[in-house]
Amino acid sequence: MIATLPPFIESLMRLTGYDEISFWIVLTAALVNVSCAVLGCFLVLRRMSLLGDAISHAILPGLVLGFIVTAALRTGPTGPGGREHIPMPYFAMLVGALAIGVITALLTEIVHRYAKVPEDAAMGVVFTSLFAIGVIMIHRLARNVDLDPGCVLYGMLETAALDTVEVFGYEFSRPAANMAVVCAAVIAFVALLWKELKIVSFDPQLATAQGINAQLVHYLLMAMVATVTVAAFEAVGSILVVAMLIAPAAAAYMLTDRLSSMVILSGTMGLISAVLGRDLAQGNSLSARAVCAVLSFFFSIGSSVWHSLSTLSLQIDYVPVQYARASVSGMGAVVAGALFVAAVLFSPSHGLLVKMMRQFNLTLRIVREDALALLYRWQEIAPDRSLEHAQAAAALGGGWFPRLALWWLQREGRIQAWATADGKRGLRLTDKGARQAQTLVKSHRLWESYLSQVLGFPADHLHAPADRTEHYISEGLLREVAREVEHPHEDPHGRPIPRREGSRVDLGEKDLQ
Amino acid sequence: MFGLSYNTFLVLAGSGLLGLTAGVVGAFAVLRRRSLMGDALAHAALPGLCIAFLLYQQRNFFIFLAGATVTGILGVLCVSWLRHNTRIKEDAAIGLVLSVFFGMGIVLSSIIQDLPTGQKAGLDSYLLGQTAGMVMQDLISIIAVSLAALLVLLLFFKEFTILSFDPEYAAVQGWPTFLLDLAMMGLLVITTVIGLPAVGVVLMAALLIIPGVAARFWTDQLKWMLILAALFGLITGIAGTAASATLSDLPAGPVIVLTGTIIFLFSMLFAPRRGILSRGIEHLRLRATIARQNLLRSMYEFTEPALPERRAIAIEELTRARSWSAGQVERLLSREARRSHVEPVAGGWRLTPSGVEAAAQVVRSHRLWETFLIENAEIAPDHVDRDADQIEHILSPDLLHKLEEHLREAGRWPRGAGELPPASAHATPALFPTPAQPESKVADDGGKPL
Repeated sequence: MIATLPPFIESLMRLTGYDEISFWIVLTAALVNVSCAVLGCFLVLRRMSLLGDAISHAILPGLVLGFIVTAALRTGPTGPGGREHIPMPYFAMLVGALAIGVITALLTEIVHRYAKVPEDAAMGVVFTSLFAIGVIMIHRLARNVDLDPGCVLYGMLETAALDTVEVFGYEFSRPAANMAVVCAAVIAFVALLWKELKIVSFDPQLATAQGINAQLVHYLLMAMVATVTVAAFEAVGSILVVAMLIAPAAAAYMLTDRLSSMVILSGTMGLISAVLGRDLAQGNSLSARAVCAVLSFFFSIGSSVWHSLSTLSLQIDYVPVQYARASVSGMGAVVAGALFVAAVLFSPSHGLLVKMMRQFNLTLRIVREDALALLYRWQEIAPDRSLEHAQAAAALGGGWFPRLALWWLQREGRIQAWATADGKRGLRLTDKGARQAQTLVKSHRLWESYLSQVLGFPADHLHAPADRTEHYISEGLLREVAREVEHPHEDPHGRPIPRREGSRVDLGEKDLQ
Repeated sequence: MFGLSYNTFLVLAGSGLLGLTAGVVGAFAVLRRRSLMGDALAHAALPGLCIAFLLYQQRNFFIFLAGATVTGILGVLCVSWLRHNTRIKEDAAIGLVLSVFFGMGIVLSSIIQDLPTGQKAGLDSYLLGQTAGMVMQDLISIIAVSLAALLVLLLFFKEFTILSFDPEYAAVQGWPTFLLDLAMMGLLVITTVIGLPAVGVVLMAALLIIPGVAARFWTDQLKWMLILAALFGLITGIAGTAASATLSDLPAGPVIVLTGTIIFLFSMLFAPRRGILSRGIEHLRLRATIARQNLLRSMYEFTEPALPERRAIAIEELTRARSWSAGQVERLLSREARRSHVEPVAGGWRLTPSGVEAAAQVVRSHRLWETFLIENAEIAPDHVDRDADQIEHILSPDLLHKLEEHLREAGRWPRGAGELPPASAHATPALFPTPAQPESKVADDGGKPL
């Protein structure tokens, strides 16, 4: 009796171009990932990421307990050799694991609150102890059961298509069908409790003040995490669950400040991890071959260097990395991690690159302004002698940064280079540059006056703060400062404060053709 | 050796020493609120093992150790970098490193399984550990690492102590806090890595956390905490291994961890002062003291107008004065009767002379504090009685004395509270050795002479 696939699955399969086995693998992984990624947002925001980790380890005894209880109730005929094949009692295992999941949260809370143990240590004690109990229970059962502890850690996603179940006369992959139900439950949970989850995540005190039972929401969330973990463990193993609970949510957190977009982004990244993870795990796919090539390259170099050093002679090794099939769930975790790294680097709002760009732009602007002010002062003191390019660069701190700034200013037409009498490259301000330099020097000197007159700074403590501040004073503030110090003509060191018009005569105008 | 087989001795020594080192190193991690870092580290070591195998193509303990250490340290650096340079919080950073590194390890180990040489890698034993499979080489490396770790801890004991309790202070002192931190992490990494073959990835975290947390219950001093953590770790390792060898067919790693859990539970329940039981007893005792003092105070207030006459007080009067049931009052009264502070008379109970003296002391501190709060702490007067009720049971007589002196010196001896209980009126030794001068002042102020 062969049941057929439901029509919408068939059309989806044609659309995505997967064969039946891969389709079920990807679908199961995708459902797990999306469920985890959506819930994970709240864990990450509430700084409880590790509770997901703790629960996913601690449920082991719950799973086994559920198994034992059902097995004891179902005393079937014993086969030859005393071995009895018991089908996995999934529902009982789910209930057992769910109970242990909530108990983990409760025990952690108790140890933390009543014994005053720091929360992370409390969690560590509770989940490792429960996991140890689980491992022992499995070992006691090992003669009768194929419940492999390793399977709890990395799952059996590869067999998702082989384990089928019939619903309404159609054939579904059982893990996929289970996960579809759980995923729907997660989405319904988040949609229904959206407001409550949001307030509790950002401001538990406000939530309590508004009459929301923060404690109840907390335990509901824990129960959902436990449900997802249990439903997902057999398919993908607890490690992918932990990775999916944290990595997509953390990546989304790098990308946005809005909860709604964070949840959607996180879910999307979960989906991408599922598709890409499976693709990379199939050793003959294009992406996997690309990764293999890169890995071979690095391993070959590493091995060559290692062997050359250990034998003290040049050895060239070629270490081919290739595989027919890697762990799909492990690959999913790696892809999620890679997505997170990408988010950290390239996020338009909080990314490393953007931060560095901003830093670079700011530094460049400051050096450019310093260069203009330097030239202004030079021409003020020595209108007849031109400042050499090398001197200017050195005065601005040296290195490639001032050179870049000077080149930029020339390109903008704020300074111009000309050959001095002794054949060196001299620099001076153009009209455009002089106007900007004037404003800067004016800011600097007015600020010095302000510090000296109003705040009573001693004369030798004026330059450094003004040097920093001159880049940040806005026009409005400058007017205020000028009014406050009553529009002086000279700064505290006796240097003229440039006026909006006029004083350009000081700049050695005769040099400028 | 000691009547044990060579193998048993080896395993016992190895796991005992491992427990000891993990206990001491982990205690610092617990203090720095980094308990779960060990967990992340243990997981992060897996890809290192795999890469070491891929590069070396055979099973070699020291190569594995090196690989695991490298990725372990990389994991730690990732966590610390993420925490300092992005908006990701520590918990998410730890979880990320843990799961992504472990995912990488799983991918690599599934690739290794495909290799023709893959079966020799024996990577599975690193997940759950094989204590019984310990060989001389393992023991030697455990001894070496333990000695090195303990030596480093001993040399930098002062630095690590201050870093654990007050990192800002350490930074202000000009110590290279980052390097010291890294050294502490390095110790954590190598301890974790040598423990992996014995107890496995998940349970290594337990060996690091449990002895330290258990030791914390018994002492407030770092030195003793470390010694106890070492002891607990040692016991955990040895007893766990012995138990798993005796009780047939139990894997050693989990049994070791559960031995630790038992020590933890025992400490949590029975440790003096910090244990749950002694906290509970302390709590009950405080409540009893408060109830007793409230009773004395109420009785004193009824007695006060007629002093030195001590009139009988009916139980109903007391139940009306406070939210006590008649049964509670009777229990309290009979307890006080045993101290001969009260005595049953016709029409109820009355204070004995020594009861008046004890009650006067309670009322006196109560009113002193009440006055102090009104005068000095600018607390809304309608809050005062409540606060006074709670605090008089906590204040030491010493502080009360100072308070009293302070009020006298400021000439603020309460005028309206002229009915301040004359504690020495009944020829009792001075409870508060009051200076001589205030007496006249009090009399001047129109209060009752002491």
